[in-house]
Amino acid sequence: MELNVQSLTHRYGDVPVLQDVSLTIASGEILCIVGPSGCGKSTLLRLIGGLERPDVGRILQRGDAPEGCLNPLTYVFQDFALLPWRTVAGNVSLVLEDHGIRGGAADAIINDVLDRTKLRDFRAALPRQLSGGMKQRVAIARALVVDPAVMLLDEPLSALDAQTRDLLMEDLVALWSRQPFTAVYVTHNLAEAVRLGHRIAVLSRRPGQLREVLDVDVPLAERRPGDPRLEALQAQLWQVMKDEAAAADQELLHV
Amino acid sequence: MSDLSQETEARPVPFRGGGFRPVAKAGTGVVVFVLLLALVEWGTRAGWISNLTLPRPSDVAVTLIDMARSGMLWTHVAPSLSRLVIGSAMGISAGIGVGVLIGLFSHVRAGLIPLVAALFPIPKIALLPLFVIWFGIDEASKYALIALGTFTPTVVATYGAVDNVDRTLIRMGQSFGLSWLSIVRKIVLPGALPGILSGLRVSVAIGIILLVAAEMLGAEYGIGAYILQAGSLYDLERLFAGVVILSALGVLTSWGIGRLEMRLLRWRS
Ligand SMILES: Nc1ncnc2c1ncn2[C@@H]1O[C@H](COP(=O)(O)OP(=O)(O)OP(=O)(O)O)[C@@H](O)[C@H]1O
Ligand SMILES: [Mg+2]
Repeated sequence: MELNVQSLTHRYGDVPVLQDVSLTIASGEILCIVGPSGCGKSTLLRLIGGLERPDVGRILQRGDAPEGCLNPLTYVFQDFALLPWRTVAGNVSLVLEDHGIRGGAADAIINDVLDRTKLRDFRAALPRQLSGGMKQRVAIARALVVDPAVMLLDEPLSALDAQTRDLLMEDLVALWSRQPFTAVYVTHNLAEAVRLGHRIAVLSRRPGQLREVLDVDVPLAERRPGDPRLEALQAQLWQVMKDEAAAADQELLHV
Repeated sequence: MSDLSQETEARPVPFRGGGFRPVAKAGTGVVVFVLLLALVEWGTRAGWISNLTLPRPSDVAVTLIDMARSGMLWTHVAPSLSRLVIGSAMGISAGIGVGVLIGLFSHVRAGLIPLVAALFPIPKIALLPLFVIWFGIDEASKYALIALGTFTPTVVATYGAVDNVDRTLIRMGQSFGLSWLSIVRKIVLPGALPGILSGLRVSVAIGIILLVAAEMLGAEYGIGAYILQAGSLYDLERLFAGVVILSALGVLTSWGIGRLEMRLLRWRS
């Protein structure tokens, strides 16, 4: 499925948050969105997923969701948003239950997705027993189980330590290589953006405007930490963002 | 540098992190209780507590044992228990229902919160004569009193608990396209359960207070009636026997709710 964001403008009360943002997310592509803090990245993602209505502009979806898709636009949240009273398997089955998938059929699907996310041994664990990385794996498993047409990830790795982040990035790349999915990936971490994005959209400070969209030409599976091409790109991104980030930082002091 | 470290004496870093984490020490409560009773027993025997002030604990125990032997204990406890159970079951289930509705719907909230605020501070005992006129002198008026008394604190605890359910979890449910009913059943209600259960402690305690009040105003059997009789005869042993039964009831319900919390809220850290 392809998404088409057309000149979105959004404000909260008097505060303009997004200004005329237009984007296209092609099928099977991971689009990373980077920008200084408070520039409206999360807002943009909420608008794309239909959790909020934009003031101006619209979001169009083109093409059909894959066969068996239970929830075309599916989020992965920064703070995991797992139900603490449900086990890992219970959290993953939450959406299946609403579609009447139970018993053996549900078990087969859940086992498959827990295998893919390396969670098989943690089926019966409660969220409070899991590390942050494991919790985010569960959230990713919960998103994968609905066979989403587009995954919307809001800083999914920023609550995790650097090593766990690296491992999970490798897992995401492996998942994508196995079965390409479409994704919008919001992050403030440029290393994540150059590692996972096919394209990277840079937003200006608030009100967020589209500054630039960069292509990353290296195939996803070939990207390694320390690759000179990626590092050059990351440096280029930082050049674009540096002044914005500094200005955004100053701005907060005046609010 | 190394000279210095050899000359000056090495001391362990002092520990400063203790305290502020009360934990239940098993048996401490019993010890306090026994000490207090022993003190009263000693005082009444030695004479520095007059018999008119406090009865001897051992006499109260004898009274309780006699009651249990003669079957009078059960004669009084059974009707009280059934009043408490039926009345508070009505009040608590209605309270949880209304509280959830207030937590979910703006119109219900706007309409009912002022009403609940108006009902809450009324001493419900003052309404008993009215309830007697409405429901008769029998059980129904007692049920109604206990039900109303447990209803308001349950409503307040429940809608507070629903308000406090993590909004990101509800957002998550919506983002996965869950039905409204699923969100309420699988996210809102379990999320509100801790708050509802702790409200239950308050509600049941108020229920016990109202139970006794209602029984004092008109009942043949029941712990309240028993205490009233004993009081009017100035029979301190029996009066205190009644009080002991009430405290036991309080401890028992609080323990029961504690067990319920342990079972239902195992997911909490
Ligand atoms: N529901 C809301 N009501 C009012 N203001 C909001 C709301 N949500 C966000 N904002 C404001 O809109 C601006 C953009 O917020 P948003 O969360 O989209 O930024 P962000 O780019 O995701 O920031 P961060 O990097 O901190 O995650 C911020 O100034 C924020 O205070
Ligand atoms: Mg954000």
